[in-house]
Amino acid sequence: METTILFAPLVGAILCGFGWKFLGEKAAMWTATGLLFLSCLLSWIVFFTFDGVTQQIEILRWIESGALSTDWAIRLDRMTAIMLIVVTTVSALVHLYSFGYMEHDPQWREGESYKPRFFAYLSFFTFAMLMLVTADNLVQMFFGWEGVGVASYLLIGFYYRKPSANAAAMKAFIVNRVGDFGFALGIFALFFLVDSINFDDIFAAAPTLAETQLTFLWAEWSAIEVVCVLLFIGAMGKSAQLILHTWLPDAMEGPTPVSALIHAATMVTAGVFLVCRMSPLMEFAPGATGFITVLGATTAFFAATVGLVQTDIKRVIAYSTCSQLGYMFVAAGVGMYSAAMFHLFTHAFFKALLFLGAGSVIHAMHHEQDMMNYGNLRKKIPYTFAAMMIGTLAITGVGIPLTTFGFAGFLSKDAIIESAYAGGSSYGFWLLVVAAAMTSFYSWRLILLTFYGEERGDKHTHEHAHESPMTMLVPLGVLSAGAVFAGMIWYNSFFGHTDQVAKFYGIPVAETAADGHSTSHGASGSDTVSSDGHGDDAGYADDGHGEPSSGEHHYVFAGEPGEGALYMAPDNTVLDDAHAAPKWVKLSPFIAMVLGLIVALWFYVWNPAMPGRMVENFNPLYRFLKNKWYFDEIYDAIFVKSALRLGRLLWKRGDGNTIDGFLNGMAMGVVPFFTRLAGKAQSGYIFTYAFWMVLGLAALVTWMSIGGGAH
Amino acid sequence: MIQADLTVILPEIVLAVYAMVALLGAVYTTKDGVAPLLVWTTSGLMAVLAIWIATSGNGTNVAFNGMFVDDGFARFAKVAILLSAAAVLVMSQDYMNRRGLLRFEYPLLVALAAVGMMMMVSAGDLMALYMGLELQSLALYVVAALRRDSVKSTEAGLKYFVLGALSSGLLLYGASLVYGFSGTTLFSGIIQTAKHGELSVGMLFGLIFLISGLAFKVSAVPFHMWTPDVYEGSPTPITAFFATAPKVAAMALFARLMHDAFGAAVKDWQQVIVLLSVLSMFLGAIAAIGQRDIKRLMAFSSIAHMGYALIGLAAGTELGVKSMLMYLAIYVTMNVGTFAFILMMERDGQPVTDIEALRQYGRREPGKALAVLILMFSLAGVPPMLGFFAKYGVWQAGVQADLTGLVIASAVASVIGAFYYLRIVFYMYFGEEPEEALDTHSSPILWAALMGSAALMLVGVVYQFGIEGAAAAAAATLVN
Repeated sequence: METTILFAPLVGAILCGFGWKFLGEKAAMWTATGLLFLSCLLSWIVFFTFDGVTQQIEILRWIESGALSTDWAIRLDRMTAIMLIVVTTVSALVHLYSFGYMEHDPQWREGESYKPRFFAYLSFFTFAMLMLVTADNLVQMFFGWEGVGVASYLLIGFYYRKPSANAAAMKAFIVNRVGDFGFALGIFALFFLVDSINFDDIFAAAPTLAETQLTFLWAEWSAIEVVCVLLFIGAMGKSAQLILHTWLPDAMEGPTPVSALIHAATMVTAGVFLVCRMSPLMEFAPGATGFITVLGATTAFFAATVGLVQTDIKRVIAYSTCSQLGYMFVAAGVGMYSAAMFHLFTHAFFKALLFLGAGSVIHAMHHEQDMMNYGNLRKKIPYTFAAMMIGTLAITGVGIPLTTFGFAGFLSKDAIIESAYAGGSSYGFWLLVVAAAMTSFYSWRLILLTFYGEERGDKHTHEHAHESPMTMLVPLGVLSAGAVFAGMIWYNSFFGHTDQVAKFYGIPVAETAADGHSTSHGASGSDTVSSDGHGDDAGYADDGHGEPSSGEHHYVFAGEPGEGALYMAPDNTVLDDAHAAPKWVKLSPFIAMVLGLIVALWFYVWNPAMPGRMVENFNPLYRFLKNKWYFDEIYDAIFVKSALRLGRLLWKRGDGNTIDGFLNGMAMGVVPFFTRLAGKAQSGYIFTYAFWMVLGLAALVTWMSIGGGAH
Repeated sequence: MIQADLTVILPEIVLAVYAMVALLGAVYTTKDGVAPLLVWTTSGLMAVLAIWIATSGNGTNVAFNGMFVDDGFARFAKVAILLSAAAVLVMSQDYMNRRGLLRFEYPLLVALAAVGMMMMVSAGDLMALYMGLELQSLALYVVAALRRDSVKSTEAGLKYFVLGALSSGLLLYGASLVYGFSGTTLFSGIIQTAKHGELSVGMLFGLIFLISGLAFKVSAVPFHMWTPDVYEGSPTPITAFFATAPKVAAMALFARLMHDAFGAAVKDWQQVIVLLSVLSMFLGAIAAIGQRDIKRLMAFSSIAHMGYALIGLAAGTELGVKSMLMYLAIYVTMNVGTFAFILMMERDGQPVTDIEALRQYGRREPGKALAVLILMFSLAGVPPMLGFFAKYGVWQAGVQADLTGLVIASAVASVIGAFYYLRIVFYMYFGEEPEEALDTHSSPILWAALMGSAALMLVGVVYQFGIEGAAAAAAATLVN
């Protein structure tokens, strides 16, 4: 079944990409879509029937080279199961949605066939992403990692007649290379240290690595810190974290379904997935996780500030994605991997929903993307409006405070903010709360500008605005359901009590004294439990399920690294601490959300002149944000310009003058000269020939008698 | 005693007696009328002898007190000589016949040259060496001038004769010096004198003269000057013959003399061979660029190829000799195919040697053009053709013998040399349409030789028909 999930999209991609001429366009597209729905259905079955015990499903022997021995295998654990449903569900819905969205694309001429190519790329992307999440070792993961990179490149540049799309595709690819370089170095380092790249071996070696020193660049480092930072650099590239984030907004050049699938729900979360997958290593690397927290929080804040002033509807959502990814990294950085996965999971639904909703708006408005040309659309496209509304309620985190009743984003985002507080990162906590306020502001701003107010922009376009076809509305409906309920249904599994979370991920737990003291007795108890095997642990967890204990420490995580889908060290009590956080902490994201909403209403409903005045009064700040903190300009000045200069130097001087010059000089000057010389020597007269022979002989004799072997 | 000696040289005797009997027979019958028959019987006999030599005899047999040595090395060379001579003879029949050149002396002279070559590679004595060399050379002088009514052909024969005489003189002078300083003409005796330390000055002078004489036969620079003129002037089948069997014989003799007689003073002759090798490779590569005549071009190509083969000899090791033998075997195969093609180059029944005539050949005759392409790539040493592995072999030997500089130089030379091979390919596939196309006529024998040779360039990469093992065994008997 798992193999079918993995390969159905590949088969779809091949059939659709290469076979559409035989199958016909429509049939090819339906083949790819049908196979993805099959994959999706099976994924949900796997998710619900999965019992928490890690399984390895070998597909084939892959690499045998010296000490490197690697299978191509599916590692099925809770992490994989979560990612499977996220990837296949969003992908299947995006496939369906694309039937409508890609129907009459103005980028292509009449009669041109582009849809099968698009569907093939989408399916190929899905296959690569599944490769990534099902990987059993780092090289397999890297394969998927690069596969999604290629798919992303192809899809961003799908409109290859647009120079801006091509530039964006290249930018995404090149910026990701920087991250991938770090990731590859991390893999090399792990192989160097552990002599294996299989997850099981690496995780088992984590405690040893924590005590190993590694010489890297100019100094000695703790091996595990170096490895974790390198892996995180890979994650930064893929997940568009600060410094390496510049490609994500530009990636919006791709068709909107692509943005929903790749640049919101799945590929960009691969970095978060990587960090969580590597939790057994991360738990031993406090320095690296501290770095992750700070960078994640900074990204969340930075992207939110930029999102405040963007007017392109897709770019607003793109910066929002960037920001939400920062949230996830903060959660992973403070050791609450489960909360990161929770947000990844819910975010996939509501962000895909927002993107597809935005796509629906764009579709309705004849590919107009500037929000300044929207307005008052709620009556023209009521279903889209409803979907976008649900998405916005979810992302801004609407719910009833201090309960677990609310939209998906409410639960997962609050979980992260509480974790950040409990994890002791006040920097992270405050930045995230501020970012939450800004998230609320820009999300409502989007809604207000698009669906309320007066009609702006081209009259004609507004008159012809129309609701999207069913193929586009059905995915919106399904995702809306996810955005509403995903948080409430799985709250306990992701962020419930220790035993519930442990059961969900298949992590062994140990019972401790009721007052929460981690005594040596408890530690020895954990040993016995973990050696008992998983079946007993599940029993334990079930027992604990019935107890209505709130805030009391009944269980701690007690697995060895590599046991269960996540590893949380026994002294990692962030989960319990988060539940025990003060009331004001738990209320703070809600307050921030309300604040953002009020400001948005004030700016765009009650006093529409306000934004203009703000821009005038705070012009430098506005320009700073509008220009995305000038990251692109700085990079252009430092890296792009100098790289171009270096390239031009190597090309003109190095390749052109030196290499070509040398070769041309040799081939067109020196060699022909000697050729003419040889031709002249070949006079045709016997005496010349005899003369040369005698001359040669004389030279040889002279040489040998003077400098040669003679004595 | 004498009977045992005669058993050892039985193949040579058979071929020599056949040549004389056939000569008499032809003179007293229809003369040129039997020439076609003689071509077939001669090449048939040579092929039979080749098989006989290849399958019979093992170990080392010495005859006439060491003057004649029949060992694995000699047998390997003889098989190569006989087979290539037979192949060229068969290929030439049609060409010679249509131009009225098919005299009955022709196959018999080739047979006698072959006897001389067999003698050369088996020589164990300076006198035996000279005898074989002269027998070969005299026959070759005559065939070079076979077309008596052509100025070019007679000029070629004469040039070859005069310069050959000069080289013979050098060789003889060297031989007498060596004899004077060692007191013996036997290789086994000469090596004894050298064993007591280094070579004396007299011996060294003798060695250089000997090398010069042999360098003329293998057409190594600066003793190469005759080659382009003779190749161009002689009828094409004769050129093909010059480019194959005698080269093998001369190189084998070269190796035998160096190793059997001067094997104790490798360092002394190594540097001379290195110099000859470098000069040959570069001159062959550079001078060929200016050639428009494919026969002259092949002359410079053979000069360059002899330079590469000399790397194997310069290494002075068993691996070196083995790689040299492999090189020669592959070189001969390539040349048979290439000359088969050159023999087919005709326009209105007249032979054409201008490479410009090949323009757009690939469009008209895709099959033959492809075969030529493979052969040219192989001659240039482009992997994965067999020619590359021939070069790779000698380079390997060179590197192991600490001749890295020589190997690098030869790589540079082969890059330069690739130009003129590729130019032929360029003309065939990308050149402009020529005013007059070549004839599409082709004889089945030539076609088979061309295709077979081209196929071998590809097949040989995977399977060498045991030649590699034989070459290794041959080298082992020579160097010890």
